[in-house]
Amino acid sequence: MLRLLRQIARVGTITEELRESDAYERAGRELAAMINKRFAGSLAIREVDAGSCNGCELEIHATNNAFYDIERFGVHFTASPRFADMLLVTGPVSVNMKTALEMTYEATPDPKLVVAIGDCAVNCGVFGRDNYAIAGAVSDIIPVDVVVHGCPPTPTDIIRGILAAIDGMP
Amino acid sequence: MRHKANTWFAERLGDQGIRTTYLSDHHPAHMPCLEIMRLEWKHAAEEARRLDMRLVALWAAEAGCHDQDQHARQGLYAYMAFAHPDHRHALLRTPLDAKNPQLPSIASEYIAASRMERHMADMFGIRIEGAPDARPWIRHEHWPQDALPLRKGFDAQSPMAVSSDCGDYDYVRSTSSGVYEIPVGPVHAGIIEPGHFRFLAVGEQILNMEERLGYVHKGIERAMQGRDAMEGIRLAARVSGDSAVAHAWVFAQAAEFAADIEPPKRASFIRGILCERERIANHIGDIGAICNDAAFAFMHMQMQRLREEMARLHQEIFGHRLLFDTIVPGGVSVDPDAKQLARLKWQTTAIAEEVERLRSLYADHPSIQERVIGSGVVAIDDARDIGLLGYAGRASGHYPDERIEEAYSPYDELEVNVPEGRNGDVATRVWVRFEEIADSARLIGEMIDSLPDESCSLEWRPPEPGVSGFAAIEGWRGEIAAWVRFGEDGLIDRYFVRDPSVINWLGLELAVREVPVPDFPLNNKSFNCSYSGNDL
Ligand code: SF4
Repeated sequence: MLRLLRQIARVGTITEELRESDAYERAGRELAAMINKRFAGSLAIREVDAGSCNGCELEIHATNNAFYDIERFGVHFTASPRFADMLLVTGPVSVNMKTALEMTYEATPDPKLVVAIGDCAVNCGVFGRDNYAIAGAVSDIIPVDVVVHGCPPTPTDIIRGILAAIDGMP
Repeated sequence: MRHKANTWFAERLGDQGIRTTYLSDHHPAHMPCLEIMRLEWKHAAEEARRLDMRLVALWAAEAGCHDQDQHARQGLYAYMAFAHPDHRHALLRTPLDAKNPQLPSIASEYIAASRMERHMADMFGIRIEGAPDARPWIRHEHWPQDALPLRKGFDAQSPMAVSSDCGDYDYVRSTSSGVYEIPVGPVHAGIIEPGHFRFLAVGEQILNMEERLGYVHKGIERAMQGRDAMEGIRLAARVSGDSAVAHAWVFAQAAEFAADIEPPKRASFIRGILCERERIANHIGDIGAICNDAAFAFMHMQMQRLREEMARLHQEIFGHRLLFDTIVPGGVSVDPDAKQLARLKWQTTAIAEEVERLRSLYADHPSIQERVIGSGVVAIDDARDIGLLGYAGRASGHYPDERIEEAYSPYDELEVNVPEGRNGDVATRVWVRFEEIADSARLIGEMIDSLPDESCSLEWRPPEPGVSGFAAIEGWRGEIAAWVRFGEDGLIDRYFVRDPSVINWLGLELAVREVPVPDFPLNNKSFNCSYSGNDL
């Protein structure tokens, strides 16, 4: 246990405050304020991979690492759509995932914000729309509030997308 | 021809009375493609098994430009690839009757063949005779009856019209009253890829876990057709984003073999550096995630921190956090300068040291050790039967490593140490990953120190129509094998790739028998197979 504590002390706090990731920090603060106002301090997100190459998942994961630590703004990822406020959807929607995506959307309570993460989610990306196995971009299948470009988008872009979705809420 | 022909397998088959024809339009000669008669298909597989070769892959292709001249009647070919630790890879192919394609199953020799045969049946409508499992695999129940996506004449340009009224997948069931089913997925609880797991459990123990995949099938094989190599490699890198370097490399190397061009040494050294960095980053991330699944969040946070530091340096030097699109046919697209290389080396060493420090904490932490030691064992015989690859194989006494067997550049000039585990449990899979991190860090240091000073790419020029190439690259999950054939105008007319996950998913099914259900996640992470790489 002592050794764990020593390691923790050695690394110190690496979560970034207005350093390199100035933009992230600013976006994060705005996000926290918005989440406080609209979601009583806590925004629950359900991530749905609708056909991704898994690159986007790696970057969504990264928003949770100690540098970005998205949880400190009140954002957390939940295991079920039933108590999610928002869906983060990645990938072109494969024909084989279309039904599961629709069902997940149905299972999410209002306001069910949807953020399409990554070029594939936005416009099918490198896999193309002219593809028998791709049902379409996310917005062809369910209503989308905000899109985030990038292949994959950076963690900073992802948090900006989340912010934009809350910001645009009626 | 710079590659020496490899006639070993042809001679062994000849001893058994199996006649083979060497195909000169396939490269490289040290991984030859031999044509055999369809009647000998199974016999050849039996012989490969007897020779202790491992099954690399099984696939099919419509006839290429050359084949059409030779066999006007034949429109379809089946291929299989085997590897022997001392005699490298060899491919066999056989013509099929295009109207009524049939092929004997080789699953009785190689169990891993079964899902690949099911994939061939789904994509080409090939009837697999004597298949132990005739259920569709990638073809989900709602696909149109007549959809055969890789056959000519199939309308691949628009989304398939699916039906809503369709049957169910025929899962393995139990009629025993004490057994209950737990269906999980396709949408999983974490931030992970989709797939379905069907558990049969008794109390807390898993009796059987069956995987149902194919949910992220993106028609990659078909989408590859008609692209040139420059476009194709971007798609290849996205077969599985966490292995973008290795997948781009295997594509590049197969295409370069086909075109008979050899990228400059500096390019292969940089490819090596990129691939080893990708290996380290993924191992680090997975070790953290495995610990997290056993509620050892400390390790997770520490590992994620290291992974992020790597991603940031990648962005700075190579322009992409996950190293996408850094490999191009003919070489690499980014040529780091001396200062950048020094930083890369410094960071690699620092991260490896930090991982060692964390490793001693992990080893001393009884609560995590309790969970990983003895959990999810794959026995050595089973690992060899399945042909488990990468760290999953290395944990269970099966040690294929293409950096040694195939010894492609730059590894022909380096010594790779393969950790030889035997216990086959989660702890050993984690141990292998720790060992590999240290070894990759050493290799990166050596590659940076001996990086040749020259240009980092050659101009790409496609091969003649009808020519094919095969390559095998040791990605972080294990061997990735790819076969590419070019058609007119330098456009790809067939790309087949076998991610190691296709084989290693079977290992997970075996490993979790008799594991308590709550230990499934950490077992799953210890394999961390790719869904996207499997589903294509
Ligand atoms: S946007 Fe890029 S990283 Fe994300 S799923 Fe598509 S190909 Fe993969």
